[in-house]
Parts: sequence; structure tokens; C-alpha cells
Amino acid sequence: MPEYKKPKSKEEFEKNFTQIKPLMNETQAYYESSRCLFCYDAPCVSACPTRIDIPLFIRQISTGNVTGAAKTIYDSNYLGNACGKVCPTEVLCEGACVYNLQEVKPIEIGRLQNFATSNSIRREIKYFEPGISCDKKVAVIGAGPAGISCACELRRSGIEVDIFEAKDKPSGLALYGVAPYKITNEEALEEVNYLQDQLGFKIIYNTYISSKEEFQKLEKDYDAVFLGIGLGKTNPVNIKGENLKNCFGAVEFISELRINHHKTETGNVVIVLGGGNTAMDAASESAKLGASKVILAYRRGRNEMGAYNFEFEIAKRSGVEGLFNVSPVEITGTDKVNGVKFIRTQTNNGKLEMLEGTEFTVECDMVIKATGQLKQSEVMTNITGLETDFNGRIKVNEKTYQTTNPKYFSAGDVISGGQEVVNAVAEAKAAAAGIIGFLS
Amino acid sequence: MPDLKINFAGIKAPNPFWLASAPPTNSGYQIMKAFDLGWGGAVWKTLGVPVINVSSRYGSVNYRDSRMIGFNNIELITDRPLKDNLREIEEVKKYFPDHAVIASLMVESKSEWHQIVKDVENAGVDGIELNFGCPHGMCERGMGSAVGQEPDILKLIVSWVKEVAKTPVIVKLTPNITDITEPGIAARQGGGDAISLINTIQSIVGIDIDNFVPYPIVDGKSTNGGYCGPAVKPIALNMVKNCSQESGIGIPISGIGGIENWRDAVEFILLGASSVQVCTAVMHYGFGIIREIIPGFESYMKEKNFKTVNDMVGKAIPNVMNWENLNLNYKIVAEINKDKCIGCQLCYIACEDGAHQAIGLSENGTRVPFIIDENCVGCNLCSLVCPVENCISMIRTDDGKSSETWKDRTNSGNIPVSFDDPLAGGLHHFVPDPLSALKKL
Repeated sequence: MPEYKKPKSKEEFEKNFTQIKPLMNETQAYYESSRCLFCYDAPCVSACPTRIDIPLFIRQISTGNVTGAAKTIYDSNYLGNACGKVCPTEVLCEGACVYNLQEVKPIEIGRLQNFATSNSIRREIKYFEPGISCDKKVAVIGAGPAGISCACELRRSGIEVDIFEAKDKPSGLALYGVAPYKITNEEALEEVNYLQDQLGFKIIYNTYISSKEEFQKLEKDYDAVFLGIGLGKTNPVNIKGENLKNCFGAVEFISELRINHHKTETGNVVIVLGGGNTAMDAASESAKLGASKVILAYRRGRNEMGAYNFEFEIAKRSGVEGLFNVSPVEITGTDKVNGVKFIRTQTNNGKLEMLEGTEFTVECDMVIKATGQLKQSEVMTNITGLETDFNGRIKVNEKTYQTTNPKYFSAGDVISGGQEVVNAVAEAKAAAAGIIGFLS
Repeated sequence: MPDLKINFAGIKAPNPFWLASAPPTNSGYQIMKAFDLGWGGAVWKTLGVPVINVSSRYGSVNYRDSRMIGFNNIELITDRPLKDNLREIEEVKKYFPDHAVIASLMVESKSEWHQIVKDVENAGVDGIELNFGCPHGMCERGMGSAVGQEPDILKLIVSWVKEVAKTPVIVKLTPNITDITEPGIAARQGGGDAISLINTIQSIVGIDIDNFVPYPIVDGKSTNGGYCGPAVKPIALNMVKNCSQESGIGIPISGIGGIENWRDAVEFILLGASSVQVCTAVMHYGFGIIREIIPGFESYMKEKNFKTVNDMVGKAIPNVMNWENLNLNYKIVAEINKDKCIGCQLCYIACEDGAHQAIGLSENGTRVPFIIDENCVGCNLCSLVCPVENCISMIRTDDGKSSETWKDRTNSGNIPVSFDDPLAGGLHHFVPDPLSALKKL
């Protein structure tokens, strides 16, 4: 089992959190791009929410037109670089690669995508320019993948865009929510800078828009508002001990990790509660931060976890142990976490049952709850006429992404309840088209 | 165990796998090393008045991730003094008396030819190859392909050589000619004991598109080179076939052109070569490729029950004929193996855009295309583009009983003769309405 030493420096952190999809060199790209079959009506394209013409950009790489390849990518996806790195390509484009059907290794599409886009970012190759000004102004709330994608598309139509971002950096989850071994902070930020240089949208940082008055002002100052606010804090599990010291939410833990890197505190024995992709990330990250033992505890069986299989594989390779069919009853400790009391469970006709009298406690000194995220309902209730569905997601028109308040449009996690970066990028681009239609 | 030994026009060798006259046979060191690894013979890098070479000398055609599928050179004949080469020939023959050492020669005057033939024979060569093929540099000086392109001159020089030669004389032909059999016949008429082909094809392998100079570049300039490597094999095979079928030639053929494995060697031999020569593959991978060639070749011989190399020579020749003798009644159609198909749909688009619109796409969600039998003309294209081994097969659909050739039909007056003749072969083939193409835009 691999063991990670607690990283004490930037170098040691980078070593533990080495990129799982590192940038290809020219030779790698040359050989890998040569393997692409250039399928007709290629399944990889259909599998990509942004419909990048993958066979085309790979063919362009193989003919030495790497900047042309990046243009093909950016034409479909403004966050082509980030998506190449953070997309679950194993279940999207690469999962759809026809080679899989003969058990030939699928084309490494994500890494080829990064090879092309990184080259253009590094060389500051420009593909876009703002459209001729049309005297319209749109406020975008949130500088995450949805907000940036929407802003880019709007700028190309000559619409002024101000992005209001609560944090002091852009990129949203691509920066604060993705595991550091998938994308570095520099990579996430460079792409936003690269787009901003070309398209000139404004980002107003450290500005959390949430009150009725603030929204009313935006409605007055802008012709439309785009909500790309994502999700909120970690869901509480509502058990005793949840507020003890060293019990964290996964979202908060990962966000801190992204900013503080090796200075992030971790326990010696860490229990991660949850079975989704965020749980896998939090568990892997704890291991890579030097925890001697990381236990991933999930209420149901291994095969019922919501996480992608490859994400669990990453966690296992990082040294994470699985503990299945257990439900947390209490987080124990007086002042600080010292264990989790579980009860064993079984699934009966899909229904989860607690097995009475099977309680047991596992000692630990840190708990991470990866139990989903809350909706930003306090924000949404302050917008007049904005309706949400039974799950608290903003309701939108599926083509125009217009909300029930006609001046507001929305895309990304706030309407989906939590999907991939690439979904947010795709929806937000479509939402921008919706806004352009609405304004003209 | 099959016997690999050959007697090629009087030149004996432990096997038919020889090194062609080229950079790999520039020195005794290289040839000794090759023989030690198992090569049966070597044609020494062409001897003559030593030249001065340029730098750079080689250019390459890469296809996707395959390097050097085509290769071109602007190097000339040996740049080493004759006496050094002669000394090394002697030394090689001393250590390898049973291997074939053949001197490739290229000089101008009759007296030079007489002198150099005697010199190399005194050094102990088993045979002589006349380089009438080099298509760059030397031809500007009236040698190489300049000779190979003029059958009368070729014949004259062969006869000069034969006046003094005691060992067999092989005439190496240039492919840079309309009909390869013409110099082949001239070689025979001049008294040549064998021919070898092909030498390299005049070529430009590519251009430096930033600086507007073809490769290989010599101080910002270039010149045409000689093309070889796997890409030329089909051209070489056809020329070997032409020479095999020409009764006016009738002397042994040493096959050359893109040979790099046992299978290539077998192909040349089946079309009538009785020894083969290799260069580019050795320049790419080294002499060690012989370790793959010999066992592969031997196991093929065993499988086909060939006792000697001679048993194989020309086995495919009776099956190469003029188009007019092919059976027009033979019909095949494509069949896709649904279990193997990976759904790339390359067969669909190849047939749709490049052939006969005989493959359809299902609308029921499967990516496996289907063959429209009545539109399929049995052209093979789909099976050739399919990336999966043995996924698309061509299935025979005629009853296999009747055969009718173009020649037969010509004889019975049953062929189309006017522009709108109702006998046109494609008269009833399905062709989509031109306007229906636009919907696909």
C-alpha cells in the first residue's frame, strides 16, 4: 500500500499531489494523436457535453497544426484546458472511444486536449475578440466555470459583462473544489486570465451578492443577470458530535487544501463519510496529506457508491480503505473528534435498514463529511419570482436557460444540483445564447 | 528442415537474404558483422573513382507515427579508395568463404570497366553487380541510371564487362523508365547472368515549407534523391513480375525494394526473384532484423512444404495475368461481423463518399453499419479501412460455376462499344439522386 509522508514544503506537496494527467510532451502527443481513427460521427463527440470536434482537433495535432487544434477546442468549450484536466474523461469522451470495444487503450483525449490548449495559453495565441459594442450590460454572479463560459460568449456579441465573485480568485470549483492532482491552481487561473485578455470581461472580486437590495440594484444597472452561483456548504449529517473540533465538510476541506496546500491540517486517522466523487477526492487527499490511515465509510455497498469507479481506484491507490454498509450514529469526542460510532446496515429491496445492536466505534482524530452540498437558498429567495424545483434547484427553460424571473438566466450546479465542470461550461454557453436572444 | 542455400546464377550463398549495395555495405566491418548475424550475402557499396559526398544526405517520409515508410538519399557511390575496399573484400572472404560477396561497380570507360572487374575478382568476390540504377548525382555524370535508361548503352557496357569477368555478372536496373523489361532484355542480350531490381526511384520526399527547400537540405538547397523503403515495395513487386514474365529476359532476378521482413522476402520470391536484397530496413533497425527474417521464412517454407528456395520461385506468376482474363462473373459482397465491429463507421463514410453508397447506418441506436447487398460491388474498400482485424469479410455470392472474361465477351461481341451502350456494367447500379447529397450538409 502506498504511503505518503506528510508534505512539509511546496515541493513535497507537489510530489504527493503529482498530476494524474500530466502534460504530454511533443513525442507523446505525436504518437497518441496518430492512433485516432477519425471515426465518422464519432462517439467521443456525442459523449462531450460541449461537443468538441475531437477527431478534428486530434488530426490537427497529428499534422502539426497545434494552434488550429486549440481553436477547434475553444470554439466549442471556453474552458478547454480546465476540462481536459478535470473532466471524468474515463466516463465521457475516452469512455466512448471505439477502441474500448476491442479492449484497445482508448485515445487519451483529455491529455491531447491539454497539449493543444496549454500550447496556445503559453504562447498567448488569441482566438477571440469582443463583438462590436451593443450597449447592453449583463451581470454574471459567480466566476466559476459557468460564469466564465457565459461571460465569454456574451462578450463575443459585444455585451458588457461584469462578473461578481465572492472569493478573491476566479474559477470556482475548478480551483476550489477539484482535487489538486487533477489541475494546479496556476493552470486554472491562467486559463481565465487568457480568456479575460482576449474578451475583456470584468471580474469584481470579494463581492458576495445575496441581499434583496443588491439584486434589485443589479436589475436596475444591468439588462440581464446570469446566476452561476453553484452550490453552498456541506450538508449537515444531523448527528451528535458534528460540531466537534476536527469535523469538517469535504467542500470546506478541499477548498482549504487548494489554497493552503501542505499547510492544510490533517488527522492521523481520518474517516471520510460518503460515497460520491467528492468523498473519493477528500479521502485521497487526506492520504496524500500524510494521514497514516484513511477510512472511507459508506452507508451502502461498494457497488452502490455514486462515485465513478475510476475515482475509487484512485482513492485505493492512494491507500484509502473502504468500510461499507455502515451508517454514522455519532461523532464521538469531548472537545475534539476521537472516533465515529457506526451502526451496520443492510439494503432490503433498495431500502436501507439499520441492524440494531451492531453499533461499533472506530477511533480517529479527524472526520470529513462528504455528504453533498446545501443549496444557496438564502440567495435565491432574495430574487423576486425565482422558482426552484423540489430539490431546491433553480428552474430554467431547457433551451434558453431563462429562469422564472425573465431577467435572470442560470446554469451550472445551481440548476443541476451538482455536475461536472464541462456540463456547466456547456449550459452556460447556451444560456448566453438565451440572454442574447432575450436582449435582441 | 527446409534448405535455405541458394545458387543464384552461379553465386552460392547460405541463404537468399543479401544486403543491397548501399551505406550498410560501405566497409568490411559492417559486412563481417552482418554475416556474423546471419545474412547470406552482401553487395559491396558501389566501387569506382571515389566521390566526395554532401551533408546532409537522407530524407524520410513518415506516415502518422511510422517513421521512414519511405526513404530517400542523395549519397553517391563509395568515397573510399579502391585499395582499401579491395583489402577488406579479401579479409571478409577469408573469414566467410561460403558467403556471397558481390562487388557493385560503376565506372565510365571500357578500360576502367576492364580494370576494376579484374581488381575485384582478384580480391575474391563471388560476383559482380553493375550499378545502372543510381538516379541522382552519378547520372549527371553519364553513369548510373543514365546507362540504365539507354538499353543500347547498357547492353554495350555489359558486353565490355563480360569480356573479362570470370564471375557471374548481375545487372542492376533503374525503375526510372517506362518499361522495365527493355533494359532487362538488353542486360540478357549483353551477356548478363542475372538482373537485380529495383534501384531507387527519383524522388523529392518533402519540402521544408518554412524555408521553401526540399529535403534533404544542403546549405539551403536540395536535389532530387533516390526513393526506397517500404513505400516502394508495390512498385518493385510489379517490376519484378514484369521481368519474370518476359521471356526475352529469362535470367535470375534478385529482388530489391522495401523488403524488411520474411513476408516481404516471400512475396518477391513468389513473383520470381531467387535472391533478395535489403537496405533501408537495415538502415532503420540494424542487421538484427535477420533474426526475424530467417525463422519466419523457414516456418513458411515448412508450412507450405517447400524444400528449397527454388521450389518457391515464381509460384505466384501463373496467377498474375492481364485484366482481360479476369472472371467478370465472380461476385463478392462485404459482410460485417457485428460482434467485432467497434462502430467507428469508417466503412460507412468510405463507401458513402469514396465508393458506392452501399453501407447504411442503423437508426435503432446501434453504431454497427449494415451492408446494402444490392448496392455492394465487392470493391473491398470497407474491409481495407476497417481498423479491426477480420471484422469485414468479403463473401462470394456467385455460384462459382461460370466464368466469363472480358476477352471471352469481346470474342462473342458482348461488350459495350458506344457511349450509352445498354451493356454498360453500371447501368443498373444504384446511384443516389444528386440533390439528396445537400441534405447532409
